[in-house]
Formats: sequence, C-alpha cells, structure tokens
Amino acid sequence: MEDERSFSDICGGRLALQRRYYSPSCREFCLSCPRLSLRSLTAVTCTVWLAAYGLFTLCENSMILSAAIFITLLGLLGYLHFVKIDQETLLIIDSLGIQMTSSYASGKESTTFIEMGKVKDIVINEAIYMQKVIYYLCILLKDPVEPHGISQVVPVFQRQSLTLSPRLECSDSHHSLQPPPPRLKKSSCLSLLRTWDYRCAPPRLANFFFYF
Amino acid sequence: MVLKAFFPTCCVSADSGLLVGRWVPEQSSAVVLAVLHFPFIPIQVKQLLAQVRQASQVGVAVLGTWCHCRQEPEESLGRFLESLGAVFPHEPWLRLCRERGGTFWSCEATRRQAPTAPGAPGEDQVMLIFYDQRQVLLSQLHLPTVLPDRQAGATTASTGVLAAVFDTVARSEVLFRSDRFDEGPVRLSHWQSEGVEASILAELARRASGPICLLLASLLSLVSAVSACRVFKLWPLSFLGSKLSTCEQLRHRLEHLTLIFSTRKAENPAQLTRKANTVASVLLDVALGLMLLSWLHGRSRIGHLADALVPVADHVAEELQHLLQWLMGAPAGLKMNRALDQVLGRFFLYHIHLWISYIHLMSPFVEHILWHVGLSACLGLTVALSLLSDIIALLTFHIYCFYVYGARLYCLKIHGLSSLWRLFRGKKWNVLRQRVDSCSYDLDQLRLLVVAVQGLIHLLVDLINSLPLYSLGLRLCRPYRLAAGVKFRVLQHEAGRPLRLLMQINPLPYSRVVHTYRLPSCGCHPKHSWGALCRKLFLGELIYPWRQRGDKQD
Repeated sequence: MEDERSFSDICGGRLALQRRYYSPSCREFCLSCPRLSLRSLTAVTCTVWLAAYGLFTLCENSMILSAAIFITLLGLLGYLHFVKIDQETLLIIDSLGIQMTSSYASGKESTTFIEMGKVKDIVINEAIYMQKVIYYLCILLKDPVEPHGISQVVPVFQRQSLTLSPRLECSDSHHSLQPPPPRLKKSSCLSLLRTWDYRCAPPRLANFFFYF
Repeated sequence: MVLKAFFPTCCVSADSGLLVGRWVPEQSSAVVLAVLHFPFIPIQVKQLLAQVRQASQVGVAVLGTWCHCRQEPEESLGRFLESLGAVFPHEPWLRLCRERGGTFWSCEATRRQAPTAPGAPGEDQVMLIFYDQRQVLLSQLHLPTVLPDRQAGATTASTGVLAAVFDTVARSEVLFRSDRFDEGPVRLSHWQSEGVEASILAELARRASGPICLLLASLLSLVSAVSACRVFKLWPLSFLGSKLSTCEQLRHRLEHLTLIFSTRKAENPAQLTRKANTVASVLLDVALGLMLLSWLHGRSRIGHLADALVPVADHVAEELQHLLQWLMGAPAGLKMNRALDQVLGRFFLYHIHLWISYIHLMSPFVEHILWHVGLSACLGLTVALSLLSDIIALLTFHIYCFYVYGARLYCLKIHGLSSLWRLFRGKKWNVLRQRVDSCSYDLDQLRLLVVAVQGLIHLLVDLINSLPLYSLGLRLCRPYRLAAGVKFRVLQHEAGRPLRLLMQINPLPYSRVVHTYRLPSCGCHPKHSWGALCRKLFLGELIYPWRQRGDKQD
C-alpha cells in the first residue's frame, strides 16, 4: 500500500513524503527532495567563469582558465557525491531494527541500521533554529556501560530537515512517539497515530537545543 | 515477537530436506546453516549434529523442514513431514515451503506445547531474512561497542541479533568442511557444498613459511642480541643512540620484522590483521627505498650532489652574515639595546664561521658519505629519510641554535604581547606603555624552512610506519570482510505471504579502518601531528628534531 503527501521544510522548499506499508511488522517512509535545478547550476558556473576570466585579463596567464574549469568540475562532482541528497528512507522492521538510508545525487547510498535492542526511546525534541522553534523526531540509543544513560541521539531525516512544525498538517503520515503499553513493552514496536493535533502538547518533550 | 528465520541464499534452490541450524531463544531467531537432504538415517544425523556441537561449541540442531517441490505438498507428504517433527523434537518447528520456479514462499512455525502467555498465539508470524553465507562467514563485524574478536564467547542477551548471527555462522565452520563429492553418511547443502574453497598458492606458502620463519627468527634474535650487548650502553654511544632518529627507526623496524617472522601463530583476527599490516608496510617501505636507490645511483647523481654542496653552504653562510650585519646596524633591526645587539650579532657570526670551517674540512669525504647513505635506502625509505633528517640536523646545527635563541625570544615577546592584549581587552589603556615593543627580530626564512622540513620528514616517516595498508587494501578489494553493520532490502511482497528481506553487508568507512587498525607509531614524535606542527611554528614553541627523554615509549 502506497501513499504520498507533500510538505515544506523549514526553509520553505518542497518535500514529498511517501509511505509504504509492506506488512503489519514492516513499514517504509521515503522522503524525496527536488532535484538539482539547472538555473542555480548555470548561475554558479557563470559566476566562477566570469571571475576566472576577470583574473585572466589581469594576469595574462592561461592556467587560470584551465584551473577554473577543473575547479568547476571537481566542485560539481563533490557536491553531487557528498552534499546533494535525493532521497532519505526510513525502514522500520518490527523486532529487528530501524534502517535509515540516504541516497545522494551521484548514486551513492549510505545506510545506518540500528538494532531494536539498542533503541532506548524515541522522542520529539524541541529546538530553536534562528528565530523559530522546530520539532524533530530523534532516536535515543542505550549506553552499554551505564544502564540509565544515553549514548547517542540520532535525528531521523536529518539532512532534509523535515520537522514537525505546528504549521504543518499532520495526519496519517507522521509518526510520533507513544510509550508502548506495559504488557507489550517486550516487543517494543512503534505505533502510528492517525492524526497529530498541534493544539495538544506533544507526547514527550525532551530537551531544548539551540542551533545556530 | 516476530520469529526471524535467517536463510542462506545458496540453499534457495536446494532440494527438499531438513533445516539444520541454531535457535536463539532470546532474540526469537532461527539461523539456518545448511539443508540436509533425503534419504537419511535419523541416528546418523543425530550423531553428526552431536559431533558438530562438540567441535564448534554451537548448539546446532534440526530446526524444521524445507520443501521445494512442483506444487503444494500433498497430504501424504505433509504427514511425512509432520512425523519428522516427532523424530527430531524442536520448539518451535519451522516449515518452509517454496514452489519450484515460484517467487513466493510460505513459512509456518508451530509450537507443540501450550503457550505460556495467555495472549500469545499458537502459531508465530515468521519473517524470512536471506543472507550470503560466504560473506557473513568471512567478514568481521565492527559494532561500536563490540570488538572484532570471534572468541567473544557465547553471545548473551545483551548482544544483538546481528552479533549472534555472525558469531553462529563463523563458529560453525566445521559443518561446512564436507562437500557433495565426499562419501559421507549424510548429504548437506551449504555454501561450500559444490566444492571446498582452497588455493594452491596459499597451501604452498603455508608449508614453506614454517622453516623460513624459523631461520629468519633465529637471525633476527642474533641481531637483537648483538645490539643489546654492553658496548652500546656506555655513555657516548647510548646518548647518540637515544637521540638519533635513525637508530630509533632501525629499532622499530627490527621489532616489526621480529613480529612478522615469529614462530607463534596469531591468536585472534586482530593480531593477524596487525601482522598483515606490518608486512604490507615493510614491503612498501623497501620497494620505495629500492626505487630511491636506483634513482640515486644512476647517472652519477651523487657526484653532482656532492659538488653542489660546498658552494651552497658558502652561499648560505654569506647570506646569513649579511643579514646579521644588517640586523646589528640598521634602524629596522633588533630593538633591544645596542650593546646586546652587538653581542648577539657577534656570537652568531662566530657560529657561522665555525660551521663554514667544518664544511670545508669535510668536503673531500662528502661523496663517499653520500654513497653509503644511499645504500641504506635498501633497508627501507623510512631509514633513508631518518638518516637524511639526522644529517640535516647535524649540518644545520648552528642554524638550529639561532632558531632556539630566536624562538625563545619570540616566545617571550609573544607572552608579553598577549598579556598586553589581555590588559587591552579589560578596557584599560595603560598610558605608560604607549610605545609597543615590536619584536622585529625577524627570523631568517631559512631557519624556519629547515625546521619545518625536519618536522615534515618525521611526519612522513610516521605516516609510512603507521598506515594500515593491508586493511585499506582489503576494504578496497573485498569490502565485505570489514563490516560496520548490515543493510536490509525488502524483496517482492504479496499480501498474506510472509515478509522476505535480503540482508547485505555494510562495509566499514575508510576513516574507521585507519582509526581501528593503525599500527603503533615509533617513539619519534608521538605528540606531533600536522596541525600541532603548524601551531608550534606559529606560537614559537620549540620543535625538537630528536627524541626527548619524556617521549612515550611504545
């Protein structure tokens, strides 16, 4: 079963969220962001080449032009391979774990798999980013040394900055934390809310983070 | 909890039979290791499993049945398969079934006894996860908390599903030793059943390595006994030996060679990897050294170098003398009092004069010295570089003295200036100190260059010594051997059928490979890194081109 909705991120860009339901114990959420726009690429290339041409007229050295071409190519390849993310996927498999995959524009895929036994809790964190307050979902991992401690906080969809802001309509496609009822605690499953109304307090507010 | 069945991809097209593997009750997962085909005698199967259990310390048992036939199993076959459950009792009993040529599977897990929890159903939901048996067997899992050590012992409930799976497959190697050409009592299907993997070269190397290691180990122990004799503990030799980086590098290489040719086998994979990394590092070193040797000894380059040395030294000395004259007399110079200027200037001029005399004394012998230094390159590039560094240190000792005096003065001035800056930031303008003592005691570019070059040479030697080449090569060519974790892919799914996942190995990133497997560097400059070198140059802290007493010993 597939389902698609579109949202906007904290900077106002369009995001598309796809939800796939494979079985009662396996769900996938796929967040895709718009492709590299030709306009911005042309603008950057023209700026770099104009600057190189200006330097060339000053110095009369043709190495500057070849260096500019080289830098543009390297920069584009580096951007596509390391920075530009096309799609982020979250796969939740009951009693096995949570898998987060980021696919870059050059085809590279980087995957992290967190076993269910290492997940301590899933919380919604509040953060102050510039002038606004954003909410984001993150996974808390257990500390092997200290039983009550937390070793790592892993935000979900961190590169695309999908946030649960009160302005968004959250119905059906957002997952939020609900503490599992005591008798099902052993299976540690994630449950999905049908709607999340921002007027009620979020289930569990963790910490304040200040981001600059 | 959903029951997870790990099934090897090599058995997907195997004929019907019994599933042999291990059941992990804490994670409710069944790891299938092999498929045992019909016909078989139950007594022999039980004997084989008992033997495997004893040899590998893994609780191998019959987990269920595997059915790969034309249509759905008929009634008689179904009853036969159920009766097998009575012969090999196991809780829960798995029944996997696949149509020949079909994509979708059916799996059931039944428990014969009444379930303990009132709400849990009698039949569990099953999730199938396919894994590549060969890759999982050969790979080492690098979880953030668990070290890559296969002898971690029995997995407890605190370790995860993945660690349990990797551990089970790795320790059951004894089950995979027989293939279908062996005339054994039972017929198994696993990753090696088409033929056991082996290599002639590896076998030959293994046979030959015994006597070679013995011979070389005895030679090396002789060399280390000679170097540890009492003559070298007397004062001048011991002082030189501790200060020169060449001696340190030679000692380090001797340690490496002793490790490589030691007759003791490596106890765990970490030690084996370290040995392999050391071998790769030594080989690279010697190869680079031989390349340098062939370049140096060809076309009488040594003669050219020796001829160029004395004029260059004269030129440098002349430039330094000019600079000192200028500093002593000119208005833009040492801003300390005139008498101190003269004293320091004359002191440095005397140093330079001494140095020039030594260079002229040594000039007939330079070519021979260079020729012998070039020969040392066949011991390795690092030895040649250390020797070069020591020679530079000795030749430019006078410059080093200037650098020390200058750096100390510069450091004092910087401290003074920083205290002034603190005062200024406290928004208090001290009227008395309106004049700022500008330390315009400019160090000669040559001095800084020499010191920087020495620092860079030491860092390069450190890099060659500590880079784990074998691990990096393994990560490049066989990425499944170093596993950071796993990744799952959901296979084609139909509603009502069990969920099927494909498990693949996620290789370790290069930065973590270098961090985990870097060789311990020699005691030359353990505190130095590229950033620290630049910082020391800028702030005026002293850089020592040789080892200090307080340096860490490895």
